[in-house]
Amino acid sequence: MNALVLMEPGDASRQTLTLARRFGQSLHAVHMNVVDPFAPDAVAAVLQMAAEEVSAAAVFAAGTERGNDVMARLAARMGLPMAANCVDAAPGDPVMVTRQRWGGSLLEEARLSSPRPLITVAPHTVPIEAGPEPTDVDIQTLVARLAERDLAVHVSDHVAPSSGGVSLTTAKVIVSGGRGVGSKEGFAIIDELAGLLGAAVGCSRAVTSAGWRPHTDQVGQTGTKVAPEVYIACGISGATQHMAGLKGAKRILAINSDPQAPMMQNADYTVVGDLKEIVPAISAEIRDRR
Amino acid sequence: MRVLATIKRVPITGGRIVLTDDSRAIDTRHLGFTMSPHEECGVEEAVRLIESNKGDSVVLTLGPPEAVEQLRDAMALGIDRAIHLQTDGQEWDGEATAHAITEAIRADEAANGPFDVIFFGNESADSGGFQVGIRVAYALARPCVTGLKKITVEGKDVSCEQEVEGGRDVYVVALPAVLTVKEGLNLPRYPSVPGKMRARSKPVAVNSPTRQAARLELASLAVPAGQGRRAESLGGGAAAAPAVVEMLRKAGVL
Repeated sequence: MNALVLMEPGDASRQTLTLARRFGQSLHAVHMNVVDPFAPDAVAAVLQMAAEEVSAAAVFAAGTERGNDVMARLAARMGLPMAANCVDAAPGDPVMVTRQRWGGSLLEEARLSSPRPLITVAPHTVPIEAGPEPTDVDIQTLVARLAERDLAVHVSDHVAPSSGGVSLTTAKVIVSGGRGVGSKEGFAIIDELAGLLGAAVGCSRAVTSAGWRPHTDQVGQTGTKVAPEVYIACGISGATQHMAGLKGAKRILAINSDPQAPMMQNADYTVVGDLKEIVPAISAEIRDRR
Repeated sequence: MRVLATIKRVPITGGRIVLTDDSRAIDTRHLGFTMSPHEECGVEEAVRLIESNKGDSVVLTLGPPEAVEQLRDAMALGIDRAIHLQTDGQEWDGEATAHAITEAIRADEAANGPFDVIFFGNESADSGGFQVGIRVAYALARPCVTGLKKITVEGKDVSCEQEVEGGRDVYVVALPAVLTVKEGLNLPRYPSVPGKMRARSKPVAVNSPTRQAARLELASLAVPAGQGRRAESLGGGAAAAPAVVEMLRKAGVL
């Protein structure tokens, strides 16, 4: 039995191989950069031709933005169901999958009934394991068979990120504010502490909805998923929407006036009290020690 | 110009998700409901397009009778009318959802002409299937661009910006098109009181499509085990600052 895997650079695709190996003794690979510039319908078309050519019993991709996008296009082309962001999958009829809902705040056991299961694997949920490596499918003849309409949707330009400052995705420390900060101006003390720590500034959805900070600062299920050494949550209640973005954080410090707030229960360290006193006091303490 | 925005009614889960006794659904008895965040931005964008281009804006949902609340919310923001594909509250998988929505779009377009833009959320907040918009686009043979943070209609084309690592990729596709959007596309307005009043009398067309057998079928739900964090108190108030700085120093970030 063969399984086909859509590969991208990075760990997410290596993790995907772990589940794919359960569905095929031999693995075959098509790479995301099979057409340049990127054209999602064309990648899906090549994947479809490759699946036929190697008689793939199942097709896998990492549950990245592009992985989910291309897999859904493959599903639409082939008229097959698709299970996105799985954390586990067992072959059979039906295939049993465990998949993420609510950005990972909830897990679903589901039956996938399909002659050719199409599965994406949620990044950073499955370990990378040693095992047979995939063989690259010879794509030259397949690319030559692409239809013009498959190239209609393609990347035609790239815009570099506008903001300077520290990026949320790569920051070692993030100082983040929630509704408890109280106002747009209230973020001055958050900005000050972040500046002293060389940290990025984050915020919760309540803050961006109120227009206090831009959406690019939002951490959570519909914002940015972060993985800092330390995440300092100031006046953030800790709704599931927010916590879904924090799974990669090594240490969480919660500063909140309500000791019962979910964020205080899900933190490694807590300070109870008024963030308007505590945050400036931390900044002052850092200055004093310099 | 004609624009359609599709939305999904989802619970506001708050701090902790509680399941029903049979573990097949979220216990929503004490929860409020909203539309998925990405879709709220699709609605806002649809309203803006019609404000600047004139025409017809429509909101569509597939969901239980109560989902009319979210349709009214969308109309309070400025959408002209609604299509409600009513269900009995059962879970529909991505294929069945896309099929029913495609049929409803075809029926509306047969009567009123094609939608120039159809908005979907990139993925729903609850089931996160990442596929309904793409399936509808394929069924209608229209271009589809996903995960958009900015769109600009330029004559017969639409320029789309998709957030990727290290910036944004730009796609330009011909209208009519299907666009799946993400929160951050815009900042949705708050509904005005007159807007809410007007929404009450805007038309809602109700249909009850037949549910296709699910090929991705929910068996049970589980709340994942906690991340094993055990909160250590560093104290209270400003007096905790030295302990915080000590923790930061030990963590190697100071």
